[in-house]
Amino acid sequence: MADSVAVKPRKAASPPAQGGHRSTKRSRREARAAYLFLAPWFLGLLVITIGPIFASLYLSFTDYSLLQEAKWIGLDNYVRMFTEDPRFIASLKVTTIYVVVSVPLQLAFALALALVLDRGLRGLSFYRSIFYLPSLLGGSVAIAILWRKVFGADGLVNAVLGIFGIEGQGWVGDPDTALGTLILLHVWTFGAPMIIFLAGLRQIPSSYYEAAAVDGAGVLRQFKSITMPLLTPIIFFNLVLEIIKSFQSFTQAFIVSNGKGGPADSTLFYTLYLYLKGFKSYDMGYAAAMAWVLLLIIAALTGVNFLASKYWVFYGDDK
Amino acid sequence: MATTSRRPVPVLFRPLNGGPLVKHVLLIGFGLVMLYPLLWMISSSLKPEELIFREPGLWPSTVTLENYTEGWYALKHPFGYYLWNSAVITALSVVANLVACSLAAYAFARLTFPLKKLWFALMLGTIMLPHHVVIVPQYIMFSELDLINTIWPLVMPKVLATDAFFIFLMVQFIRTLPRELDEAAEIDGAGYWRIYLRVVMPLCLPALATTAIFTFIWTWNDFLSQLLYLNNPDNFTVPVALRTFLDASSDSSWGPMFAMSILALGPIFGFFLVGQKYLIRGVATTGLK
Repeated sequence: MADSVAVKPRKAASPPAQGGHRSTKRSRREARAAYLFLAPWFLGLLVITIGPIFASLYLSFTDYSLLQEAKWIGLDNYVRMFTEDPRFIASLKVTTIYVVVSVPLQLAFALALALVLDRGLRGLSFYRSIFYLPSLLGGSVAIAILWRKVFGADGLVNAVLGIFGIEGQGWVGDPDTALGTLILLHVWTFGAPMIIFLAGLRQIPSSYYEAAAVDGAGVLRQFKSITMPLLTPIIFFNLVLEIIKSFQSFTQAFIVSNGKGGPADSTLFYTLYLYLKGFKSYDMGYAAAMAWVLLLIIAALTGVNFLASKYWVFYGDDK
Repeated sequence: MATTSRRPVPVLFRPLNGGPLVKHVLLIGFGLVMLYPLLWMISSSLKPEELIFREPGLWPSTVTLENYTEGWYALKHPFGYYLWNSAVITALSVVANLVACSLAAYAFARLTFPLKKLWFALMLGTIMLPHHVVIVPQYIMFSELDLINTIWPLVMPKVLATDAFFIFLMVQFIRTLPRELDEAAEIDGAGYWRIYLRVVMPLCLPALATTAIFTFIWTWNDFLSQLLYLNNPDNFTVPVALRTFLDASSDSSWGPMFAMSILALGPIFGFFLVGQKYLIRGVATTGLK
């Protein structure tokens, strides 16, 4: 599924017909070998993934602080979250704004740059690398520190504004602008979706454009009738991926707000609050419940995305 | 690139500019704006403290390595100590991911076994799973096993192939290799293990390289798990150490902090330069970032 866009999905190489000419002894040997090859993964699935998923579901119905026995409290954590915890609501709001604003902006930048670069321009690989570099570095603590300094009261942004005689402010220290600086940081990492867009653009056969040009279709018309429809699967892919990813953002907000989500909870990302609850207040039942709410949100959004995609994603006439 | 250039050029932006030159100027300008903060950090790390403050320009009038020497010794251990800690965890993670993920990928791509479809679907499902759903129980588990402040909570998931994305990447790659090679080796009497090691893996180098580079960068950059599991200064890795730097130093000592940040980004930048081709292809074909 995840690959189905950028690369034409390869048909799964169909396994050689089973049974018949193949002896059962041989296929039993093959199965045994396969399970051996898969053994580390199986163990990981059990111990690192599935086990903890069910454990966190159980913990989400308990009051657990790591020191005492977990105490069953039913739905209390979930009820508390939505009725008695303004910080939870704040974190939900902050994260929603972050996702809703930064993802479309980032993808718009990515698409615009991909369109500019796609046109037989010299030095393509140079530009591609330059624009991609921030995507690689963007999640690191070092860049988050840089961001904090760039948008600080004595930072680079204000120094540059000063040249133009504009008096700046402490952008990361102001509840009105702190989230904006994090959104900007996310937009800055548009290089990765840009590369996926570029790969998609390259798959559009040039004969389509030639035919359209012969028919007298102008530039905008070609963009609207050829490029956009054929690119929708890739837009969709990037959208789903970026939404899932940005809901889980943590490092940037943690560093910029010194691990507190401030000022005035304006950068209290969902995962940052989950971390504070679970690993600072040791309210692990509550943190587990938050994790499950996150899982449900992401699953629901992905589901809605897939349903909505029927109406705007164009998969060509072969499907 | 040759194919794209043959596309008819009546293109969205053409009427707006006087030709490719204008486009290049605009692109370079935009690139500079994007990279400016990075370049500024590099240049600031080389400036004496008092110059950083009110000098947005890139060329330092005085170059000094003072920030580097000061930053190197600013924490409990010299910074090289944290670089080493990060390097050990990262190297182990890369090796573990290469081995464990390729073993699983070979089975999924080449072998037939009962319930294969189910397991494969489950593997794909775990790619989508938010990491936060499992961190609380994982933390409890590692804490019960008394493994906090060891490298195990960080390396064990890789040994057990939990980065399913790489399995998927390699499965896709192996499927493009001709099966005849396996069959020929089999006729020569090679077993599955031998085919995996002698036939499939050598042909898989591009996928293995992508896996290695991305594992390196992600592990090196990873903050949350290292913050959770390594809370004794003797075990700090680079990201965690940088973070305490921020806590410990007053807001005015940017120089040393920038200098150490540059050291922290150095290895990623190095891998970027070396592995660009694989990195970009990896992103383009799988959405890996």
